[in-house]
Amino acid sequence: MLGRTANNVYWMARYVERAENLARLLASTYHMSLLPAASGNNQLQWEAPLQLAGDREDFITRFGEASPGNVLSYMALDPDNASSIRCSIRLARENARATRPELTTEVWEGINQTYLELEAMSYPKMVDQGFREFFDWVKERSHLFRGAIYGTMRRGDAFTFSRLGTFIERADNTARFLAIKWDMLSPAGRPMAAEDYYRWGALLRAFSAFKAYREVYSGIIEPRRVAELLVLRRDMPRSLFACTGEVNDILLQLRENAACTRLSGQINERLQRNRIDGILRSGLPRFLNGFIARNNELHGMIGQEFMLVL
Amino acid sequence: MKNIRLGDAFDEMNGLQDGVRKAYHTYQKWLDAISHDRLAEKHQQADLIFRRLGITFSVYGSEEGVERLIPFDVIPRILDAEEWKIVGTGVCQRVRAINAFLDDIYHEQHILKAGRIPANLVLNNPGFRPEVLGLDLPRGVYVHVAGVDVVRVSAEDFYVLEDNARVPSGVSYMLENRETMMKLFPELFAQHSVAPVNHYPEMLLRTLRSVAPPGIIDPTVVVMTPGHFNSAYFEHAFLSMQMGVELVEGQDLFVEDDTVFMRTTSGPRRVDVIYRRIDDDFIDPLSFDANSMLGVPGLLSVVRNGRVSLANAIGTGVADDKAIYCFVPDMIEFYLGEKPILKNVPTFRCAIEDDRGYVVDHLEELVVKEVGGSGGYGMLVGPMSTAEQRSDFRHKILADPDNFIAQPTLNLSTVPTLVDGKIAPRHVDLRPYVLTGETTQVVPGGLTRVALRDGSLVVNSSQGGGTKDTWVLES
Repeated sequence: MLGRTANNVYWMARYVERAENLARLLASTYHMSLLPAASGNNQLQWEAPLQLAGDREDFITRFGEASPGNVLSYMALDPDNASSIRCSIRLARENARATRPELTTEVWEGINQTYLELEAMSYPKMVDQGFREFFDWVKERSHLFRGAIYGTMRRGDAFTFSRLGTFIERADNTARFLAIKWDMLSPAGRPMAAEDYYRWGALLRAFSAFKAYREVYSGIIEPRRVAELLVLRRDMPRSLFACTGEVNDILLQLRENAACTRLSGQINERLQRNRIDGILRSGLPRFLNGFIARNNELHGMIGQEFMLVL
Repeated sequence: MKNIRLGDAFDEMNGLQDGVRKAYHTYQKWLDAISHDRLAEKHQQADLIFRRLGITFSVYGSEEGVERLIPFDVIPRILDAEEWKIVGTGVCQRVRAINAFLDDIYHEQHILKAGRIPANLVLNNPGFRPEVLGLDLPRGVYVHVAGVDVVRVSAEDFYVLEDNARVPSGVSYMLENRETMMKLFPELFAQHSVAPVNHYPEMLLRTLRSVAPPGIIDPTVVVMTPGHFNSAYFEHAFLSMQMGVELVEGQDLFVEDDTVFMRTTSGPRRVDVIYRRIDDDFIDPLSFDANSMLGVPGLLSVVRNGRVSLANAIGTGVADDKAIYCFVPDMIEFYLGEKPILKNVPTFRCAIEDDRGYVVDHLEELVVKEVGGSGGYGMLVGPMSTAEQRSDFRHKILADPDNFIAQPTLNLSTVPTLVDGKIAPRHVDLRPYVLTGETTQVVPGGLTRVALRDGSLVVNSSQGGGTKDTWVLES
């Protein structure tokens, strides 16, 4: 496969994954904002999506305050916010279009349809239809995209590089998401109250991990275990360890002796060796920020190795 | 010449209002029985299909990045086997002659020596490329893909408007139109024996493989596109996908050791045949336009050494120049010893004083075109023009006469077309796609373009034209 095409397929998958994770964060934030106990904290909550993706200064200049409506509109549909769901889907589709011959009809038509429907979406329509329904739709379209890739694409380069894009992006997004929410949600010394239960529950749901938590750990929701589930468990599809494991498997298959494969092996091994108490002692956000930097370094090395990105 | 009256146009379904013509007998009964609402519904379904497939094109000069659908009409254009025989053999004959002409002018130039075509018209033509003089191409083929524009004015009379021997586009619409019609109206295909066109990509791939450099057993073929912002990008992607070959941009290719390579995830891979959808001017910044970001530095020298084949070859532009067009019938006689099957439209070359005088005095009757123009841009349709437009063209012609030709306004045939929920006659042309490798061949039919505005004779999509599926009935 052409290096440029590999790059297009990789970014196509990254942008779809990014849109999905942003929808997850916004849905979770919206859900939490409906809880009465969260009052007082509300403003801060709506700042979280801006920290994850987007340009806070740009937002403040154009919208003033971080009210729910402003943030939802800016993060979901704003064409001038390069990180919005709308822009992510546009870029995903643009990359898909640039590499159309490598995709099956199902994959292309799926992403093109998502793009066309999103282009027809406006804020009033989103309000009318319901925020939750909108975010569910984004998630569904992303599931459909991955499913079409998994179910229809030949196990060749296009398949491989799209999978690589999905997991590199997901690892990054999970780490960022968790880093932002961790401090905001941590009870900081005081005992867990009823409201904390709802907040941590909402966080788990954002990663589709609520049910899994119940299965893995019986009993009440503890921050420590939430962190363990989302960072260190290989059987959780959105955890860091699961993502790095997938990336590492793919790279080993692609080119065992490449520099990027060595780095990915190190990142993966580190997560395998770590225990959650050790990570928490030195601070979860600090650990996550270190991870994000190394994951990004890996992204650069993959580009150099396969996509002739200099 | 008298001013045309469009009421006189020959209608391919109804003739001159003297009864339904043979090819349309079955279809017309079906059409009479279906409600216009139902047709309009089918029309909307077709739009949805095209949009979902992403068959869009960008319009130059309009807002950046705007993607539009080419309007598709659900009423087919139908030719019977005898009609097609004339058109099919006629376009193949022209392309055989054009290939012989190109091989000649880049070698011995017999036709110039014989005085059949003025030498300066060829040698000083902007499409003539001295860089490829003396170069021997595989099978002597220059134009591997031609899109010959044919119009009809009566039951028997077909004219060729242009030979499009550089990078003709539109074949993907021919193929997708057929796919869509088969989805929308399966019952019609059960009632008619419509000659299939779907094997075109296979024929194209065979053609391209057949002109690989000598000694290459299993050639690597690629499609080369200017990129996904190009108006015909959908077609480039479509063809590469249908043929199962890589779609490359200039930046994906490089020249080393007198060989063209593409950059792949597993290192450089040799390329043998490039179906390039990019003009000569942009193909190699070292030899042609130095500012081109689309081409491959050093490509021409590899071509010259016969180590890579381009389709179409460099230098074909001289054959589809509108001034050279006048001489295609001469080429047919000179090289093939045959009588031309299809007619040329009488053409006034403004470079010639007598012709020029006639043209500027009769602008309201004539169609004026720029010699190197295409896509319906820079064209004057006399009978439809305003006094202001005519005076504007008069000045342009007098300022640069060599750049213009003029032709009588042909009363193009019409085909019933769905417009605003009603069926009305609209003017059409036809572009069959002619392939030349081991042989010269054409798939039955081609792309029918239709001028959707009432009375308009300009069928180009950039000027508001649409397309129809073209049926050739097997006898």
